[in-house]
Amino acid sequence: MTAARMLSISKLGKSFGSLVVTDKLDLELGAGEALGIIGPNGAGKTTLMNLISGAIVPDTGAIRFDGRDITTDSPQRRCRAGIARTFQIPHPFGNLSVFENLLVAAAYGSGKREAEVVEACGSILDMTGLLSRANRRAETLTLLERKRLELARALATEPRLLLLDEIAGGLTEAECALLVETVRAIRTRGTAIIWIEHIVQALLAVVDRLVVLNFGRKIAEGEPRAVMSSAEVREIYLGIAA
Amino acid sequence: MQWVDTIIQGILLGGLYALYATGLSLMFGIMKLVNLAHGDLIVLAAFVIVVLASLLPPGSGVVLALLLSLPIMFGVGYGLQVGFLNRTLDRDILPPLIVTFGFSIIIQNGLLEVFSADSRRLPLTGWESASLSVASGISIGTVPLVCFASAVVVIAGLNFLIYRTAIGRAFRATSDDPETAQLMGIDHRRLFAIAAGIAMMVCAVAALYLGLRANFDPTIGPARLLYAFEAVIVGGLGSLWGTLIGGMIIGVAQTVGAQINPEWQILTGHLAFLVILVVRPRGLFPKSEG
Repeated sequence: MTAARMLSISKLGKSFGSLVVTDKLDLELGAGEALGIIGPNGAGKTTLMNLISGAIVPDTGAIRFDGRDITTDSPQRRCRAGIARTFQIPHPFGNLSVFENLLVAAAYGSGKREAEVVEACGSILDMTGLLSRANRRAETLTLLERKRLELARALATEPRLLLLDEIAGGLTEAECALLVETVRAIRTRGTAIIWIEHIVQALLAVVDRLVVLNFGRKIAEGEPRAVMSSAEVREIYLGIAA
Repeated sequence: MQWVDTIIQGILLGGLYALYATGLSLMFGIMKLVNLAHGDLIVLAAFVIVVLASLLPPGSGVVLALLLSLPIMFGVGYGLQVGFLNRTLDRDILPPLIVTFGFSIIIQNGLLEVFSADSRRLPLTGWESASLSVASGISIGTVPLVCFASAVVVIAGLNFLIYRTAIGRAFRATSDDPETAQLMGIDHRRLFAIAAGIAMMVCAVAALYLGLRANFDPTIGPARLLYAFEAVIVGGLGSLWGTLIGGMIIGVAQTVGAQINPEWQILTGHLAFLVILVVRPRGLFPKSEG
């Protein structure tokens, strides 16, 4: 165990009735590392996000963050500890303006006063291309803008670990390229990232390590390109006979 | 002139109904909780003010008693939310209804036990019985006027809190999506408790004017709840200024009805409510959502 290990998941298990969605999963993440997770639909990717962010509590196993056991911590405590997530389907606070969405996340996520976070919120809006939408009600945004807001709001909480759930889905190639640039920029600030994505090219452009999940189990892990070329992954994930 | 007077009295009465309704509207808006004990909590606040006024030196006035009752009622709201109501949320719409209905019965019977069924009134110390003569045939009582002004100040204050402060943004974010709000570091249960505390402080303000304008006894809570509901629905959910207008409409309907025939006062209020429900089922000033 090195001190640089930020997130440590051991023997994590979760079932919904007889359906096992996370099966004795072990996962480690170093500070500032970017990890990609792929897997077919129903592999338990989003459940893993929910377990890490605290929306659901595991049946077995433990999650440690910065060496502290957070397995039973509430989502709001995990947020303040430095974990933020985005949803595949954006969940904006629809009746708040775009800027207020960030402001409330920044003030409560970091425990600072609003006056101290206004500037940071402005620069996050700039970085995510939402500055011109700052005063619009969030429910009036387009899908792409909502996805950006999802990312911007997560960043506003000043996370040290950012969980991205299929943020590239539904975007055009050009939009996707912009998004990859944004995620790279986030990495340079030292934020660790776990990114679930179906668009493998986007992942490969950013992550240091790739994990493949299937039926709640880790079936491959390692250097992204090596993992993608392994026979098992090609067969199970891509459906190509080896 | 008589009709002008009637309508002015109705509008001012609407201020009282808006005060009844604002706390109800606040709790529903933020935590989607329909508080069936709301009227009884207003009556409870009135008794708190009575007790405080009796403990204060004679002549110090009911306003001081009100100010002292505010932190007490905040504590009542905070405590009820943390102790009971937070446990009823997240599941179904039925548990909060049953629990608050239970509170309604407990508060009524508790007050009957302690204070008996005698009807009471807050002690008047001077200004409360004064009135202004505006024109011949029109005189406006100080209490109804101050009551209406209080409703405007309370609603303006709450709107400032909700739309211009950090905690207000958190209230609105939690109202939109409580799960996501938690992921942003918001402790929604604590926030709900603060909202309930604020709602009970508004109840205390309403209780002051309830006790100054008319007699009250432990059993009148449910009727206050009904007027509050009507004001909220007429005004449209989610708009506190709409609630004020809703209260004014119910108030004017009642005084006009009473002018035609004193037995019609309550009836015409309810009729106005039913007519608006038929014509504008979502109220006069609904929020765009839903």
